[in-house]
Amino acid sequence: MRALTYHGKMKVQVDSHPDPQIVNPRDAIIEVTSTAICGSDLHLFDGVIPGVLKGDILGHEFMGRVVEVGPKSTLEVGQRVVVPFTISCGACFHCRNQEFSHCDNSNPVEKQDMSETLYGHSMAGLFGYSHLTGGYPGGQAEFVRVPFSDVGPIVIPDHIPDEQALFLSDILPTGWMAADQATVEPGDTIVVWGAGPVGLFAAQSAKVMGAEQVIVIDHYPRRLALARKMGAKVIDRSQTNVLEALMEMTGGQGPDAVIDAVGMESHGFGNFNLPDTIKQKVGIGADRIGALREAITAVRKGGRVSVPGAYGGMSDKFPTGALMEKGLTLRTGQTHVQRYYRELLERIERGEIDTTFLISHVMALEDAPRGYDQFRNNQNEWTKVVLKPKWEKGRQEEGRARTELDMEAGVAAGPRPAALSTEEALHA
Amino acid sequence: MDRDDSWLDEPRPSWPPHGALEGHHFGAPAPRPGPLTERRVVAAAATLGLGALVGLAAYAYLGPSASQSKRRADAPRLTDDAPGRTARQARFGDYAVTGRSVTIDRPREEIYAFWRDFANLPRFMENIVEAGEPEPGLSTWTIRAPLGQTVKVRSRIVNDRAGEQIAWRSTPDSQIETEGKVMFRDAPGGRGTIVETVIAYKPPMGALGQAVAKLFSAEPSVQARRDLKRLKMLLEAGEIATNVNRRDKANKAQQGGPSVQADLSRSATPTAIPTATA
Ligand SMILES: NC(=O)c1ccc[n+]([C@@H]2O[C@H](COP(=O)([O-])OP(=O)(O)OC[C@H]3O[C@@H](n4cnc5c(N)ncnc54)[C@H](O)[C@@H]3O)[C@@H](O)[C@H]2O)c1
Ligand SMILES: [Zn+2]
Ligand SMILES: [Zn+2]
Repeated sequence: MRALTYHGKMKVQVDSHPDPQIVNPRDAIIEVTSTAICGSDLHLFDGVIPGVLKGDILGHEFMGRVVEVGPKSTLEVGQRVVVPFTISCGACFHCRNQEFSHCDNSNPVEKQDMSETLYGHSMAGLFGYSHLTGGYPGGQAEFVRVPFSDVGPIVIPDHIPDEQALFLSDILPTGWMAADQATVEPGDTIVVWGAGPVGLFAAQSAKVMGAEQVIVIDHYPRRLALARKMGAKVIDRSQTNVLEALMEMTGGQGPDAVIDAVGMESHGFGNFNLPDTIKQKVGIGADRIGALREAITAVRKGGRVSVPGAYGGMSDKFPTGALMEKGLTLRTGQTHVQRYYRELLERIERGEIDTTFLISHVMALEDAPRGYDQFRNNQNEWTKVVLKPKWEKGRQEEGRARTELDMEAGVAAGPRPAALSTEEALHA
Repeated sequence: MDRDDSWLDEPRPSWPPHGALEGHHFGAPAPRPGPLTERRVVAAAATLGLGALVGLAAYAYLGPSASQSKRRADAPRLTDDAPGRTARQARFGDYAVTGRSVTIDRPREEIYAFWRDFANLPRFMENIVEAGEPEPGLSTWTIRAPLGQTVKVRSRIVNDRAGEQIAWRSTPDSQIETEGKVMFRDAPGGRGTIVETVIAYKPPMGALGQAVAKLFSAEPSVQARRDLKRLKMLLEAGEIATNVNRRDKANKAQQGGPSVQADLSRSATPTAIPTATA
């Protein structure tokens, strides 16, 4: 089979691999029909997550058809399923507590030592991520071996197209859990750092949960335009003093809850992010926590901090003072996909949430290396990339994020002018 | 076998027995941070990065002064509640001791019964090639040793309480001198069973020593931890997790498991995957 393969920092290519087989009784083999590139894949691409090896197949957002089942799988050949990126046994203490991404039994024993040393406890298995999380071959491939297929995959009714269901694998529940962990109460202002797919879904979720005001912060105009279109207010951090603006937009009180949907590769050099960046560049494994620092400083006293953004190592200048003195609550984690995906599928079926507005490009799996390059280096235009294993090389289509935004007046494709006109400034 | 009766029947915490463990007792000198060995430096550098290295170097340089250490050594220490094997200095007379606990969400009786059928041990213990009970109360294990060799351990079951404990001690004709026990007790809050193993062994010399090193002392706690985690997987999830996606790459936990193979041969679907069309 063909699969997107890691070859080192910033080097991925589509290679041939042997087709996967059933190995354990609860396994199933899925023939992938759609898969996506995630912001988490960029952390791997950039080499800032430890334990990714040459030859690893990447990808953890995928769906497809069941082509083979082990004797203990409850799936049937031919069913159409979305597969959660978290591999969970469904039977351990954590799975029973609905903390599926903490599963004790899905990370192969030999792979657990590394994360046990680094984090004090071993992590659950994840598809196509790092050997810290099992080194499982991922979903940017024609076929995937899916362990514990009786508890992971969710069957999708045939009338729901791939694009609408695909993100149940990760970013949709991730955005939802981010808002859930932020706890939305009546009258609340919820602020989201990062207008990437996770941030956009977090913002949409906070709105659905009844937030009074949702504010999204980024510096890419097209990504911010998507947030605005979905009903959020936006702050362009390249033009606006974020902390001051947030105080002014919340009556001097500060936001009730903040969501870091940026993670370990925070952009910019303010906020101590410059020393973090240098440390990361010279390979001493520090996380860049600029966005998280800003979020913790911004949130009101007694507020909630929700962190879906991914971190892997250690960080400096974590604002312990603000955390303690303001009495903040911090909640984080890899997403417990299986806790949320049924409810979210129902909401998709009822048309309550929009899951395709952020797709900018659909392309052949064979062209995935270009997808990685563009999704990383051209974030303004490339907001979410869906890959099709069955498409011939070179075939590419635009998603709603491009077609609809370009049709709308007032949204320039390029960066906004740096200075506001007097009239704009008066109305801002 | 005429050795003075040991720790095997003592209540928890069973270590240190008979004050064997100096350094973990009232009034004994507190352990000092060990020297900056190469291994430590590498491990620290790998996990923490260069910044940590600088910090460690500074600590080694500036670390506690002689008078500070003396003051600390003179301060009275109480015997804490941690299992003896977690002491910084874990040697008990001639014996090395290792142990590990795991919580498994299954009833005590079931886990006991699984373990008591020694033929099951190779299913989750990486280095045990074969285990059995040729006559009641006598168990034999064949252990993988370096250079393709195997070592045989014969041991007598010295304590066997259904649903609670199995303890064994090697017989005089065994190639390795070892004793150990596995205990089962209810986990609080209906969380299943806490399985705790304690293994003591006398590190012998020569070729056998190597074999033992591989089995226990190379990284004894790592081995125990891995074995118990495999047991947990097998009993909770019904299978042992692997990231390989081809059967010929699977290890014995998947390939050798007779029930797994039987299950697979009963598989409803053909094992061949349709070849992909690009
Ligand atoms: N918790 C989970 O289970 C989970 C699941 C999926 C993704 N993630 C993580 O969520 C994060 C976001 O994922 P994504 O797919 O949206 O990634 P993305 O890279 O597409 O989006 C990140 C966005 O953050 C913006 N940004 C960077 N620095 C910023 C700053 N200082 N202030 C405000 N915005 C800033 C970028 O411009 C970009 O638009 C990643 O860290 C990813 O690994 C976590
Ligand atoms: Zn993802
Ligand atoms: Zn589990």
